[in-house]
Amino acid sequence: MTEASMHTFEIRDYLRQELMPHFMCPGCGHGIALRALLWAIYELDIDKDRLAIVSGIGCSGRVGAYIDANTMHVTHGRPLAYATGLKLARPDLEVIVITGDGDCLAIGGNHLIHACRRNLNFTCLMLNNEVYGMTGGQVSPTTTVDRFTTTTPLGNHEPGFDSCKLAAAAGAGLVGREITLQVPALKNLIKEGINHPGFAFLEIISDCTEIYGRKNQLGESPEMMLSQKASTRSDVYRNTVDQPFRPNAFETGVLARNDRAEYADNYRKHVEKTMDVLKSGD
Amino acid sequence: MCIKKRPLSHSIGELDYDPTHLNLEVYFLPPAISADFNRNRLSVQGNHACALAAVAAGCRFYAGYPITPSSEVAEKMSEELPKVGGIFVQMEDEIASMGAVVGASMGGVKALTATSGPGFSLKQENLGYASMTETPCVIVNVMRGGPSTGMPTRPSQADVMQARWGSHGDHPIIVLTPASVDEIYMETVRAFNLSELLRVPVVLLYDEVIGHLIETIEIREPAELKLLERKWTRAPPEEYLPFAATDDGVPEMARPGDGYRTHTTGLTHGENGFPTQDPEEVDRVMRRLLSKLDRNRTIVESFELLECGDADIVIVAYGITSRAARRAVKLGREHGIKVGLFRPITLWPFPQQPFAEVAALARKVLVPEMNAGQLCLEIERLCSPPSKVSRMNRIDGEAITPIEILERVKALESND
Ligand SMILES: Cc1ncc(C[n+]2csc(CCOP(=O)(O)OP(=O)(O)O)c2C)c(N)n1
Repeated sequence: MTEASMHTFEIRDYLRQELMPHFMCPGCGHGIALRALLWAIYELDIDKDRLAIVSGIGCSGRVGAYIDANTMHVTHGRPLAYATGLKLARPDLEVIVITGDGDCLAIGGNHLIHACRRNLNFTCLMLNNEVYGMTGGQVSPTTTVDRFTTTTPLGNHEPGFDSCKLAAAAGAGLVGREITLQVPALKNLIKEGINHPGFAFLEIISDCTEIYGRKNQLGESPEMMLSQKASTRSDVYRNTVDQPFRPNAFETGVLARNDRAEYADNYRKHVEKTMDVLKSGD
Repeated sequence: MCIKKRPLSHSIGELDYDPTHLNLEVYFLPPAISADFNRNRLSVQGNHACALAAVAAGCRFYAGYPITPSSEVAEKMSEELPKVGGIFVQMEDEIASMGAVVGASMGGVKALTATSGPGFSLKQENLGYASMTETPCVIVNVMRGGPSTGMPTRPSQADVMQARWGSHGDHPIIVLTPASVDEIYMETVRAFNLSELLRVPVVLLYDEVIGHLIETIEIREPAELKLLERKWTRAPPEEYLPFAATDDGVPEMARPGDGYRTHTTGLTHGENGFPTQDPEEVDRVMRRLLSKLDRNRTIVESFELLECGDADIVIVAYGITSRAARRAVKLGREHGIKVGLFRPITLWPFPQQPFAEVAALARKVLVPEMNAGQLCLEIERLCSPPSKVSRMNRIDGEAITPIEILERVKALESND
């Protein structure tokens, strides 16, 4: 048993308390996701000095600064690119990306596809609140059809996006989804993602209660969170007789595993092999 | 190479013999080279020299996206980096390349990327991030014809202003413009040194001709390169402020893993690295950021003077155009014209003071450039009266020839 696990998880040990109070709105799901992440880090006993959090721009991206670790708040949509450089240059670091649905799927969509394809060993947490929170509530690639945002005053007419299916198809080592209602399950999923020796893409269903919830009359944050439960199907129920009674869009839990070579490992081996050939050719 | 194409139906004997169009050495007279040039000589193209120099300077990370006429830098890096335990990665685009380079550098590793016009445009936001977060990195832009896709295989010098102001907001940036393959080698090393020392992104800006020119370079011993490293902090973590001013205006840096656990953001940040909008604090930190180049001008600025002492007419030229200008100065002097050359090697910040001194003595200043007139704006600003500056521009994808420059010099001389 490690020293850390002998104590109980105390979130303050992992926060930059001098930055409190935080900037998140009451009821925002991002704070719950942050708690689950820090809990996972605690249980995995990750050294804060070796932890690098790379985040994009958005409410989701701002979450990173509260973590007492090496935190890099980069440009909109590009945290996966920065993390790729950082992890390749510093394989000794535990690199975790925090991004939003706009950051990761709209402006950063290309980087997501290629991060999945490369399968470099780091973890991406995408906080999906179905909206561009930071800029005041515009439509995002995951906004539910017919919902109102500041740029869809007539209701959203564009189809949404299943980011987990995309990540799985593009080859991510591990793909999963969890809701912020289920914090222990979310913590365990994040642990699984971090432990996976390859690229792990985790979609976290978060809620923007102040802007998106209010505009669409989705209720207070408890109602919004409870509706998460109604709109997801845990992997426990997957492929069971129960399925027809839960015809919901979102599956949760670990959704895909691609057993593929990890990028840096593969690069190293490849280089060693070819260098040997070059040397023996002398 | 940008030799005027010979009509296919003509044999060489039928052409009007113009030495400047047939003899490379006469066409692009190389700058003076050191006396002990014989050791460690290598014949390479400019882009390869850049890659070799980067590795010699300690660069161990390259991320890029292919684009003519810069791809040879990437190709050479992909060959050289694995030999020294470095990482080469071809990213999905130039935005990602620039992001990965800054990410690697935040991890403490010297990093390079190379591109050309369209890709340079895409890199600008993350380049600004490097500038704002004071993350060292070197960006090569091999200039081709623009705007837009322009002329991928033809040379140009039209990114002079973009290199300085391509990213939004006031930001410090250094731009170096080598004029020979050997100079690419040395300026690449200097680019890494300046970037590490001042924590400023450095752009190596050269035209397609220089990039693809094959010349002999000298591979220096590592000790001769006088490599500089970042100022890593040794402060106790509880006292360390990642963006606090030091004597030269450059803050000390910490690496992830060293126990400092800092925050890095492109948001305007205080000395502690966290966002601020306090006007007084913002004013202070922004002025410190922007002062870095001014305070270190003497080590940043580099230029060459040729026959400027008594020059009536001073040509200001850089890159391949300076090679033609060098020849024109020689020919002009043979014609008894007092003409000289001011060749900026550091383009930005422009070596104002040294140039102003030369310009003050000259009656006329000529600025030949392969663009519609960019550096001439800075030159006009530094000359009094500005009307003594004449522009000379080629925007047809051809290099400016010595004879063309000589003709203009002759015209300026007889125009009194
Ligand atoms: C290049 C660029 N374009 C646009 C913006 C403005 N912007 C800031 S945050 C954001 C959207 C963030 O939405 P999301 O990623 O869903 O995160 P959330 O705020 O909802 O957590 C946008 C468009 C920017 N900062 N940079």
